Amino acid sequence: MTTFTDPPSESFRLSMLLNDTRYRSYTFQFIALLILIVMMAYLGMNLVRNLAAAGLNISYEFLDQPAGYDINQSLIDYNSQSTHMTAAVVGIINTLLVAFLACLTATLIGVVAGVLRLSKNWLVSKLMAAYVEAFRNVPVLIWIIIIFTVVTAVLPGARAYLGEDPEYDLFLGMMAFTNRGVYIPALIWGPGSGVVAAVFVASIFGVFAYRRYARNLLFETGRLLPMGWPSLAILIVPSLLVFFVMGQPITMDMPDPLANRFNLRGGLQIGAPLIALWLALSIYTGAFIAENVRAGIQAISKGQTEAAASLGLRPNRIMNLVVLPQALRVIIPPLISQYLNITKNSSLAIAVGYADVTATLGGITLNQTGRAIECVLLLMLFYLVISLSISSIMNVYNKSVSLKER
Amino acid sequence: MKKTVFLGALTVAGLAAGAAAAATLDDVKARGKLNCGVTTGLVGFAAPDSNGEWNGFDVSVCRAVAAAVLGDATAVEFVPTTGKTRFTALASGEIDMLARNTTWTFSRDVDLKFTFVGVNYYDGQGFLAPKNLGVSSAKDLDGATVCIQTGTTTELNLADFFRANKIEYQPVPIETNAEAQQQYLAGACDVFTTDASGLAATRATFENPGDHVLMPEIISKEPLGPLVRHGDEEWSDIVRWTLNALISAEELGITSANIAEMSAGTNNPEINRILGTEGTLGEMLGLDAEWAKRAIAAGGNYGEIFAKNIGEATPIGLARGLNAQWTDGGLLYSPPFR
Ligand SMILES: N[C@@H](CCC(=O)N[C@@H](CS)C(=O)NCC(=O)O)C(=O)O
Repeated sequence: MTTFTDPPSESFRLSMLLNDTRYRSYTFQFIALLILIVMMAYLGMNLVRNLAAAGLNISYEFLDQPAGYDINQSLIDYNSQSTHMTAAVVGIINTLLVAFLACLTATLIGVVAGVLRLSKNWLVSKLMAAYVEAFRNVPVLIWIIIIFTVVTAVLPGARAYLGEDPEYDLFLGMMAFTNRGVYIPALIWGPGSGVVAAVFVASIFGVFAYRRYARNLLFETGRLLPMGWPSLAILIVPSLLVFFVMGQPITMDMPDPLANRFNLRGGLQIGAPLIALWLALSIYTGAFIAENVRAGIQAISKGQTEAAASLGLRPNRIMNLVVLPQALRVIIPPLISQYLNITKNSSLAIAVGYADVTATLGGITLNQTGRAIECVLLLMLFYLVISLSISSIMNVYNKSVSLKER
Repeated sequence: MKKTVFLGALTVAGLAAGAAAAATLDDVKARGKLNCGVTTGLVGFAAPDSNGEWNGFDVSVCRAVAAAVLGDATAVEFVPTTGKTRFTALASGEIDMLARNTTWTFSRDVDLKFTFVGVNYYDGQGFLAPKNLGVSSAKDLDGATVCIQTGTTTELNLADFFRANKIEYQPVPIETNAEAQQQYLAGACDVFTTDASGLAATRATFENPGDHVLMPEIISKEPLGPLVRHGDEEWSDIVRWTLNALISAEELGITSANIAEMSAGTNNPEINRILGTEGTLGEMLGLDAEWAKRAIAAGGNYGEIFAKNIGEATPIGLARGLNAQWTDGGLLYSPPFR
């Protein structure tokens, strides 16, 4: 019989920092940290010293000075007399706009392509595979430039739509597709339009309320209410009624081919740079999302599908009720990083002259004021804040769908 | 992207380390090559020819400096810069001098801390439009879409001009001249605006230059010249007086054809001082006696360089105008060599 005794508790010796696996990793981490700090300090000091030697300083006063340049797409009030700060805000809004639009469409494209890639139809699944491979494996910058070139080369010039007797007529009398962008009617919100908008928002809540009611009814009594057309009706009918009751307060501003000799005036212009950037980011990132979706669906074991089928569920219900809820847990974490990628890749806007924050603050402002370090620091801060916000929002969502263990 | 920006900032910081206040002349000599910042390509001013050799009006300034300092007009590393990258390249020490259609302005001199050593082309901003557009004045451009290079004075002048005339425009910001040309020809913008010399040079490369007209308005003053960093006076003196030597050479009649003969000695003391047969000007600059002789021999005097690259006999066809010698009613006026 052997007896176990505790190993003699030896006192700590310095050599254990290297020899003892319990401490070794700490030693190395500490050394790495030290090296990192020294390197940062060296670069920082170097910067300070050289700035001083060149007679330069770090100052953010330029942000209050007039920018002096014009920007071709601004969702807020801006002219060349506005400050550099305002120009930066215009850029930030433009970045957020294209990132938001691209996240939406990329998700849409990605989910459809991902599901279709698993289709049993040979042609469909191969087509989707081709799409994914082609777009994932070519840098997004190239796609941006290709799409921009196609838009500018294929679409007619703006002047083709102008004048009394134009070469092209407005599509449906309200839209123009030119190589400078697409013109669509703009909505003019007259007095009373707020009520219509409020009713519309309320209707959206109404749809959700109806759906919840129908679901509960189904679970409690087994009665199945129709979902599709009542939802649609709740969404549209009240708003439409109020719209006419209020005397049609929302009108449309059409693009006008006669107002100017160079460009269409009026309406809403969606510039070619925005279109190119938006499309390129969507289909490029959509290809990655498609792979995430496919992986998520394939991660759910076949047994689940078969079990659901043996309970008599129809295929689309199996997808909606059994597979997708579980697949989402696998899909969402990589989806977060795709959204981050879209936001960061949107800084390639500069290639097509889209006025995002890298182009305004990090481009023209930086260049005209020469405040490179200040501008780059601000840019880093912006992208950091945005990336962290996106990932925290998505993490909250991820928590809400993740497996609740009981 | 975040990481790249960060690394970029570090690189700027790191490069700035190399640049700090070191004597540029020593660096250039030790390297055996002059790093000269030029455009990414503007025919006549700076563009590589079919053999990959850089040629042009601005390039000649680089070559003259290299000839003066290193004794070899080909010992130049040409660094293409865009309107946006040029100042970072110079400030960080990536290039020793910049000769790139760059306008001498107060803020570039005082705030960005660069020293403009002189003016090698007196220019102004103009507009280029297709003939069939039927505009005869820049003031008729209300509502037009305008191609501009970002990071330039062009961009600021344009905003001022349209605001002052209470008319509107849509800017299309573009990085390089080549892109601007492509966009303009594709009709993505109605007019292209930049320095008038640049417009002439760009138009000369069009398939049908005659289909495009320059508007009569010149909306700004654009004195273009070579520049160096503040704080290294020895180096700025060398570049400044190399440029002056080219200008004086024209005024005094020194050409690439007669320079060998003249450097045997003439009865004009200023010519002798420039060519190093009299006085010690070269030594004062920290160079040898024949520095200016080599600079002039490299591509000829100012007039020869002008005529060969952008003059009336070339497709670009610029007249001397303001860039004639002061003795011919122009603005070129080199301080005396004594
Ligand atoms: N002189 C102006 C504009 C300079 C400029 O960008 N010029 C254009 C056309 S004249 C150019 O050199 N482009 C060549 C390139 O894109 O590399 C400035 O200094 O800001």
